[in-house]
Amino acid sequence: MAEAAAPGVDEARERGAQPERTRLAWRRTTLTFALVVVLAVRDLVVTEDGRSGTAVIAVALGALAWVAFLVLAHRRIRALASGERPPVATGATMLGAAGVIVVASAFGLVLTTEA
Amino acid sequence: MMRQAWGAVRLWFSPRRVRAEGATPDYRFSLANERTFLAWLRTALALVAGGIAVDQFLTDLRWGVRTTIALLLLVAGALCAIRAVNHWVMSERAMRRGEDLPQSRFPAALAVCTVVASVIVIVAVLLGQAGG
Repeated sequence: MAEAAAPGVDEARERGAQPERTRLAWRRTTLTFALVVVLAVRDLVVTEDGRSGTAVIAVALGALAWVAFLVLAHRRIRALASGERPPVATGATMLGAAGVIVVASAFGLVLTTEA
Repeated sequence: MMRQAWGAVRLWFSPRRVRAEGATPDYRFSLANERTFLAWLRTALALVAGGIAVDQFLTDLRWGVRTTIALLLLVAGALCAIRAVNHWVMSERAMRRGEDLPQSRFPAALAVCTVVASVIVIVAVLLGQAGG
């Protein structure tokens, strides 16, 4: 590894950069998810004759899924901010994050197939 | 292949088995792995957004065509999210074992499917306009 050759300051900066980049990646993903929810809400609002109750519930549950993702992301971001050597993400966090998105895609399915 | 798939799924749910093997990799590689995972999640979200958007914006298409395209995009999104977990677990394991990272045809397949889906949508829109 190049660590032995690099001066102390650069090394410290480099060590701080990776966890920060990962925190930002979590934030970007949370934001992207939020945009998807907004798109679904738009569907409810813009449709002329309004959407069925099922569609509204699907979007509401999708928003809940986003909140669940936000909680997961927030916890991981806090773990990443905890000092120089952050722990590897747990499988539960990763499964949870992906699972929530799979669930959201199912709600999207309900939203699109509801006449 | 089914046994392999089932083995992979079990590995997602048993982090201790993954951690029992090999050595802890440089944490920066693990973080890079995590960022890759999140990039795949964003890809999944983009596909989900595409599915929802097709339903909203391509109103000129027949319900059947629109819903099929939307369905395909949503399923593709779900598949990307699932694949993200699998790739993350397999990469962590490979790094612990000092092996090469897992190769995959998934990205290429996804790219091809995206092109095909885009062409279908373009054709459908053009035909719809031509039909009146």
